[in-house]
Parts: sequence; C-alpha cells; structure tokens
Amino acid sequence: MKLDSKIPEGPLSEKWTRYKSSQKLVNPANKRKLDIIVVGTGLAGASAAASLGALGFHVDIFCIQDSPRRAHSIAAQGGINAAKNYQNDGDSVERLFKDTIKGGDYRAREANVYRLAEVSGNIIDQCVAQGVPFARDYSGLLDNRSFGGAQVSRTFYARGQTGQQLLLGAYGALSREIARGTVTLHERCEMMDLVVIDGRARGIIVRNLVSGELERYAAHAVVLCSGGYGNVYYLSTNAMNSNGSAAWVCHRRGAAFANPCYVQIHPTCIPVHGDYQSKLTLMSESLRNDGRIWVPKKKEDSEAIRRGEKGPNDIAEEDRDYYLERRYPAFGNLVPRDVASRAAKERCDAGYGVGSTGLAVYLDFADAIRRLGRDVVEQKYGNLFQMYQKITDQDPYQVPMMIYPAIHYTMGGLWVDYELQTTIPGLFAAGEANFSDHGANRLGASALMQGLADGYFVLPYTLQNYLADQIYVGKIKPEGPEFDEAEASVRARLDSLIAIGRNSQDPHSNHSVDHYHKALGKVMWEYCGMARSKESLGIAEKKVAELEEDFYQHVYIPGKPLEMNPELEKAYRLADYFELARLIIADATQREESCGGHFRVEHQTEDGETLRDDQNFMFVAAWEYQGHDKPELMHKEELNYEYIQIVKRNYK
Amino acid sequence: MHFTLHIWRQENARAKGHFETYEIDNISDECSFLEMLDQLNEKLINDHIAHPVCFDNDCREGICGMCGLYINGRPHGNDDGVTTCQLHMRHFHDGDEIWIEPWRAKAFPVIKDLVVDRTAFDKIIQAGGYISATTGGVPDANNILVPKHKADQAMDAAACIGCGACVAACKNASAMLFVGAKVSHLALLPQGRPEAADRVHKMVCKMDELGFGSCTNTYACEAECPKQIKRQNIARLNRQWIGQLFGRDRNN
Repeated sequence: MKLDSKIPEGPLSEKWTRYKSSQKLVNPANKRKLDIIVVGTGLAGASAAASLGALGFHVDIFCIQDSPRRAHSIAAQGGINAAKNYQNDGDSVERLFKDTIKGGDYRAREANVYRLAEVSGNIIDQCVAQGVPFARDYSGLLDNRSFGGAQVSRTFYARGQTGQQLLLGAYGALSREIARGTVTLHERCEMMDLVVIDGRARGIIVRNLVSGELERYAAHAVVLCSGGYGNVYYLSTNAMNSNGSAAWVCHRRGAAFANPCYVQIHPTCIPVHGDYQSKLTLMSESLRNDGRIWVPKKKEDSEAIRRGEKGPNDIAEEDRDYYLERRYPAFGNLVPRDVASRAAKERCDAGYGVGSTGLAVYLDFADAIRRLGRDVVEQKYGNLFQMYQKITDQDPYQVPMMIYPAIHYTMGGLWVDYELQTTIPGLFAAGEANFSDHGANRLGASALMQGLADGYFVLPYTLQNYLADQIYVGKIKPEGPEFDEAEASVRARLDSLIAIGRNSQDPHSNHSVDHYHKALGKVMWEYCGMARSKESLGIAEKKVAELEEDFYQHVYIPGKPLEMNPELEKAYRLADYFELARLIIADATQREESCGGHFRVEHQTEDGETLRDDQNFMFVAAWEYQGHDKPELMHKEELNYEYIQIVKRNYK
Repeated sequence: MHFTLHIWRQENARAKGHFETYEIDNISDECSFLEMLDQLNEKLINDHIAHPVCFDNDCREGICGMCGLYINGRPHGNDDGVTTCQLHMRHFHDGDEIWIEPWRAKAFPVIKDLVVDRTAFDKIIQAGGYISATTGGVPDANNILVPKHKADQAMDAAACIGCGACVAACKNASAMLFVGAKVSHLALLPQGRPEAADRVHKMVCKMDELGFGSCTNTYACEAECPKQIKRQNIARLNRQWIGQLFGRDRNN
C-alpha cells in the first residue's frame, strides 16, 4: 500500500488556489451522466450531496434514520469556527490554521488544515444565505463567542443549537435538490458493504432497515460521510445509532484506517449515574466562556460532599480550587478539551472529586450570574441549563453543575489524501469519518467547520477531478461478480450472527447484544481511555479478545434478518466494534508518546502534561486490514512541517 | 419502582395491532423513559418472553426528533418541554400503569410496534421549506443585517425538531404548527423574503395533499410541543397564506 498525500506544489497559502485552477472539470452535459453515492446525511454528507446535486451530478444519498435531518450533527451545541475577524481581535486565516495545528498537538497535515481555515469564512456566508439564524448583536451584525484553544472570539453560534441550525440549513439545500430530482434520498437504509471493481469503488450493498432486504446501488464514485466510531466505548455523547460500520467495511475492502487511537474525551458531560444508562449528555464547551470549574481544596470537604453532608454552596470561596485557572493562567477555563479532561481526572483520582461517585467536578455560574445578571446568562445558555435540569433535577442557576469527561469525537478515521480520497480510488471520506484535519485533538467548534468545508467547498472540486475521465466508462450497473460476492458475503454474515444464540446448548448462557457492548465499553474506557499504559493496553487486548470470543458463542439476537430488527443492527455494528477496538489498542500501543487525546502515562512531563516524541512519532499511522484473525499492517505517512514552527504545546 | 406497561404491538404496517401488558421492576427514578424500555427489552430477550419492542430513538438528548411515544394519552408524556428521551421516571409513581402508543395520524402510518413513518414531513420541506441558495456565490455574511429581535424570533421558530408531537396531539392530525414554524423561521429573515409567498403556497398545498387535517385552533400542538413552539407561528402562516392569495409578495 502506497500513501500519497498528493499535496499540491507551491507556497502553503497558494496550494488550494493552484489546485482549483489546474484541476480537471466535467462539462455540464456530462455531469448528469455521472452517478455519485453519498453515505450519511450529517453536515458533511448533506452539504456534499446538495452541492454536487446543484452542480448537476446525480446523487443517491443514504441515511439510517427516518429523515436526513436527524443525523447526529444535529446535536452539536456550541458553535462553528471561522476566521472572519469580525471582532477585530487579531484573527486571520493564519491564526486559525496555527491554532488548529497546535490544538491537534502537531499531528495533522499542514496543507489540509490551511485549506480548512481558508474556506472557513465561506461557510458562514453560505449558512447565512440559507437562513441559519445565527446569534446577532443589536446592530444586526453577527455575534461571536470564544472556544477552547483560542485567544480570539471566532465562534459563530445559534444559541446552544448551532449543529441543529447548520444541519437544517444543509438539509434544506438537500431537500431542494431532492425536489429538483438531482438527489435521490434513501432513508432507513444502512450501508453493509463496499463494492470494488477493478480497484475502484463502484457501489454499495445496503440493508433496508424496514424490510431487512439487501439492495444494490452502483455509481462512479462513493463518498463516505458516516461519522465517527466513539460508540465503541458504549457510553459516549454520540447518538445511539451512530456507528463505525460503514467506514469499517471500507477498511475491510482495502481503505487504510488512520490514527484510530486519537479519541476525544470531552471535559463537560453529565456524569454517569447507573448501570442502565444508555448515553452521556454533553454540556457545551461554550459554557466554559462563563462557567468556572472547581473542586474543593480540602479532601475532607470533598468527602463530606460525597456522603451528602455538604453541598457546593457550603464551601467557602477560599476553600475552592479553580484548578484550570491555577494550572493554566493564560487560557484558564478555556484550555483545549484534552487538557481540561485530564485535569478533571487528575483531581478526581487524587480524591477531590464530588458527587455520589466522586467522579465529578463543579462547573459554576455564580460569578457570571453576579456579573451579567441571570437574564443574560439565560439568554446565552438557557436551553443548556434547561436540559441539565431535566436530566439531573437540579437547578444550575442555584447549584453548580456537576460534570465529568466522556467520549465525544474521534479524530481518527479513514485515511484520505489532499483530495479526501481514500486508498481505494473512487472512495472519498469526509467529516468525522476521515482523519484529516484535527491531528491528535480537535478544537471545539471545529467539527462543524470541517464537515461543512469538506461538503460545500472541497468535495465539489476534488470529486470532479476524479470524475473527469469517468465519462468514458458509461453507466455503472449494480451487477456482475463483484456485486454478487459482496451481497452474498453480507447475507452470510447476517445469517451466521443470528444463528449464534440458537446453536448454543444452554439458552441461559446466552446474552443480549447490549450486554456485550456495555462490557466492551467498560474495558475500553478503563484500559484504553483517558490514560493508557503499556500494561493497561495489554489488559485491554486480552479482555477484548475474551469478550469477542464469548460474543461469537453466546450472543442471542431475536427475530429474523428479513424484518425491522434493531437487535440485529446492534449486533453487526458491535461485531465491527470488536475489530475496531483491537485496532485502537494496537495503535495506542505502538504510539510510544503522549499527544493530544492520546495520553500514555509513561510519557508525561513532571507536571503531568503530554510529552511528545517528535523524533520518532511525527507520522500518521495508516493501518491495512489483513483479515479477521490477523494483526493489521501499519504504514507511515511522515508529517512534514514546512511552515509551522514546532514547539511544546503550552497553554500556561 | 414497579410499573405495569400496556404497549402497542404491531408486527408490520399491514398487520393488526393490539396492546400487550408487561410488568417491570427495579426501575430507578433517575432513569429515562427510554432506558426503562431498554430494561424491558433486555428482560424480553433474556427470558425469551417476546420479541423486543421496536421504538425509534437516536440522540437521546432531545434534539434529533427521532423518538416520540404517546404516553398515557400525551405525546412525549407528562412533563412539559421535553421529548420522550428526556422524560424521567421520577415523573411517575411507583406502581403506575403506563399506556404506550405510537403517534396516531393518517399521514404517519405505523411501521412496526411504536415506530411510525414520518417521511410526510420531509416531503413538505421538499415542497419549498428552504431558501434557494446554491453553494458559492453568496454575499459576505455581515452584508445581510438582521435585527436582533427578528433573528431571535426566527430562532424560536427554527428550534422545531420535526418530531411530529404536534400532529399526534391534534384531534385533526393537523401539521400547522410544524409548517408554521418553518414558514415563520424563513419569512422572518430578509434572506427568506424573496421566496416567501411561493414557499407558503407550496408547503400548505403539500401538507393538504399528504392527508394532514385542518387546524381548528385548539392549540393542543402548542401545549405538547417539546420545544415549546408558539401558536403565533400558525397565525403568521395564516397571514402569509392570505397575503399570497391576494398577490402580495407573490413572485416579487
């Protein structure tokens, strides 16, 4: 496998312009003869399909939900970054580029990140034109707020529902193309396999989630926008149905998977409270604009709180430890997510945690309410406060919120080159499904930016470059041995899963899919979560293997393949998570350094900060699938920093 | 806590449905309604009692609009301003009987158990619930000034999650609150004005065509909306509709 990042020649700031001026185009009459498959209707998928449809291509788009508007981008809360410099506070394309590279702990590709910063402003223009109701000030101009890892205010927002509003904008654009007939929508459909013919991606096998039937679709190119794989940890801020399987089947068919161990743990989520819990709810990073994070200074106070004898308001000001402000005076409560998460874990592990479990810290708005008044705080964060109150039955205007880190986002994903093309020609990946822009840690409000940059402003160019010579191929039909083989293998996989629990001698030794998923999540969180060591990763490897073996002997899936069967859906996704978990562990094991979200306890500074090893690990780890029972093969893409000066990542 | 659950079971769109009764024990009051159903399903699977109950759900934080159950005669249950996934068991009493049904509306046929087909909402949006802004070639974002109070009102309307509770709550199964919210969101913004008359015309015609009922101003929709979308949006929809009938703003 050869990794060619295809970065255009020339100075960094001219690369994208040069690319666009020299790429190949497809003339309008030929565009309608070319078919494109887009998998996923989140920000990346919806914006890509809408833009490609508007250009005149024919697009088939697929989502697992009942409507494209429900993709999990909808749940993004805080905002979207763009280098508009509307606040006159020193922002620029260069600054956003540098912040993103630094935020990613110098593990992202320069040229991709620069392009992201370059098109960020266009995204805001596009969204406003679509009617996204961004927050405004009294002059009618757009308002901004600050997010972690930046010293400027470059985040555009729509209350605490920015993802929802951006997705509804893209969904509107998509709906328009559906009405025009350029895009065909397939809802409640799940991609089960990729069809590769003569080395090129030519189609997909889909399971209709209502009837259970398998269907075939053919196209000249396939674009994967299926999101991340955070649910491998079971408890995460992802939606219940978010899954890594669409990307994983592409990996099985030959697409390299990059940096799987880079997983983002978000510092501000509502803490875990019981075994029946199905997901963790995020409290937006934007809250750290005005909320102050603290734990008691004295252990005995923390202990009294855990026993329920004291409340946070009983702790005097001088007995509170605002540990982020103490450790990171320059960025304070707005340090990047990985830093804030580790700091919370450090305090809780040291015995200062609060809540009944001791695994929580306070996020306190008392100061903000005193300074700004309750009304202003309510205007800014009202819906988040309401959400917190509905879940916890506590009033955050009176009592500080309790928060704890949780799995949120995956920086790793399918390896792509500058054109967002994977190692399989004709297969592209965008948004969270690819690995490209966030290095080892993503900054807040940058996922929305990347999803829309890829869909609105990158893929419409790079896909054309690929499709230009495809006009000679003619229509691709969903037939032939490759389609037959792919469909048969999916059918065999489903049948064998359903047979497992029925083969077993003793039905009481069987377990549900959730039983295994919860167990896998616990192992991953415990041994391959916020802190990893050679030892813990060894334990994780062993435990995952045991669980996987048990799963293939004792999982019980009721019902039939040919009907609506959510248990079967969960089962085939979990089967892929087992393979993915093994790869995450292998990647975390080989990366003998700490960077961004990947923290190896053997590699830290005296004061507990990440310690990179630029000499040996300044590369992207791209893994090649070798078969279910074989270890994967790692390839390296060296990262060359021509423009950025590499320094220690410091937020003090 | 212990509950007696009466749940609508229906094998598929063509089958006849009926209520089944299940008992469930050891439910924490901190757990959400859907987590209670997860525990029921776990029990049904482990004890081989029946196939698990199908219900739509996804984000479980009240924003995707996927979940929607009719609980004891109310869409999304007995707490105000929440979706089913945010409803917590502390709002019930130990020993309660709970009746759980799917949305009931001609335009939302049942697919299986508690899962309904809401693609009619997508079709209404496809009829014109957007601003036609092709990618690229748009002005700088700050070239379009939007008065703050208008932007806030537009945002209030745009908060709709498309769950369908308004239709389920309405005795006529009318979609006026859903359509009113989208029409208002776009009509309140200067970007949405050029297409406003056409938009309201097409969306209302599509709504009627798909079998949604008429609005008789009872406002059960407003009372049950998990995002507390206001009935003023229906009034604005009506004003827009009448305006376009008399040619105001039409094709300007």
